Amino acid sequence: MAKVPSELRYSKEHEWVKLEGATAVMGITDYAQAELGDVVYLNLPPKGTALVQSHKMGEIESVKAVSDLFAPVSGVVAEVNQAAIDSPELVNKDPFGGGWLVKATGIEPGELANLLTAAAYESFLEGLATSGH
Amino acid sequence: MFLTPLNPLHRAAGARMVRFAGWEMPLQYTGILDEHRSVRRGAGIFDVSHMGRLEITGPQALDLLQSLCPTDVAALEDGQGQYTVLCHLTGGILDDCVVYRQGEGRFLLVCNASNRPKLISWIAGWQRRFPGACLIDRTEALGMLAVQGPAAPGLVAEALGTGLLALPRFHLGQGLFQGDPVLAARTGYTGEDGFEVMPAAAQAPALWRALTERGAAPCGLGARDTLRLEAALLLYGNDIDESRDPFSAGLGRLVNLDKGAFLGREPLARTKARGPAERLVGLRMVGREVARHAYPILESGHRVGAVTSGSYAPWLECNIALGYVEARLAEAGTVLQVDVRGRLAEAVVVPRPFYRRSAASGEAAPREPRAASAGA
Repeated sequence: MAKVPSELRYSKEHEWVKLEGATAVMGITDYAQAELGDVVYLNLPPKGTALVQSHKMGEIESVKAVSDLFAPVSGVVAEVNQAAIDSPELVNKDPFGGGWLVKATGIEPGELANLLTAAAYESFLEGLATSGH
Repeated sequence: MFLTPLNPLHRAAGARMVRFAGWEMPLQYTGILDEHRSVRRGAGIFDVSHMGRLEITGPQALDLLQSLCPTDVAALEDGQGQYTVLCHLTGGILDDCVVYRQGEGRFLLVCNASNRPKLISWIAGWQRRFPGACLIDRTEALGMLAVQGPAAPGLVAEALGTGLLALPRFHLGQGLFQGDPVLAARTGYTGEDGFEVMPAAAQAPALWRALTERGAAPCGLGARDTLRLEAALLLYGNDIDESRDPFSAGLGRLVNLDKGAFLGREPLARTKARGPAERLVGLRMVGREVARHAYPILESGHRVGAVTSGSYAPWLECNIALGYVEARLAEAGTVLQVDVRGRLAEAVVVPRPFYRRSAASGEAAPREPRAASAGA
């Protein structure tokens, strides 16, 4: 079963967000990394990029295929995870820790209400499993 | 959907399953990178029971195959196989396959799963000219397990008999499993030494277990694809199809214009004389962008071709691709660009294969008497 830490918020595109004070840390979920398989390349928005919730913010490439990354919240990119860019397997090994992707500031806390709680995301994953995905 | 005889084993082992050419197949077990390295370092085992196995028999079997294939099938000895293609009347490639001569008037054609229905009707159509040839689809009666890697011959020999070690590349022999004969060919799709063994469907699970217990790592279609790409082996539907002829695809060596009539001979003779307009090339990406199927290839801003297969190469640790470009650009060293979703990524034409196994492994195995001459 994919891990779903309870303190995070989730998007239906399988990104997660964690608030650290006024900064939002974001990445992809354990379910997403398992679905993608071995990650080999990350194309992340550079520092200073304005993100819009649910709009494309970058790309993640596994051996099999490339997928779009969507911003789970709006904000401005304050930091990208250079360690993950250099070693994309971090995203597979530790998607909620060392495999984080982007930190953003200037976020709109109200937008978090548009995201799923851990419990809601878990039910969403169960729905995907029963529909054959 | 077709299920291979090994389907319950894949599911029980927790493999990620995928639908491929009408079959439910394992995509990966532990992960593509991990499985890929297992094959290059030791031995991996793949369920390839979806591959079509067509027997062509009878006094006119050879005549039918000589008409279907541009290679000289008559040159085969008993137990010998050859990589070949079947071409349309246009010279376009209907399928790439391996044809084995099992004995006088007995041939086995191993074809792509996706092309099996098409080939059966194509062959049946031409069979009317050769009433003394008979086509039998053995696909569902036989399993097929590919055991690949430097340690693969040893594992297969332990399970099926050491006599198989003397089997030369592209030859078909016979091993013994639980007292029953099992066809085994010294072939593969990974760039490594190894065997493709064809037990009766009912025996396939026990043979799979015998080989995995001896250390062959279960692998899925994902690693099969990255392994074949490093070895620059073509994938039908990606790198070749009916719109491509053998000369464009770098398979000109398969076209024997001196052997007599065969389907597609005239257009192929013209293409050979004129030279193909486009050629398949190997590309090595300079940066970290991955080229994928159908991405445009450009030279100084102008479109000159398209990628047909591309991936991260797990063993070579770089990004590689196959694609077609205008023939004038096929020289190694040519610098081109690939349009990666709107970004231009530099790519250099390099010689194929991208990966070649060291000559030390396999092939020159101990010379022992052949397990069996050929056939079953």
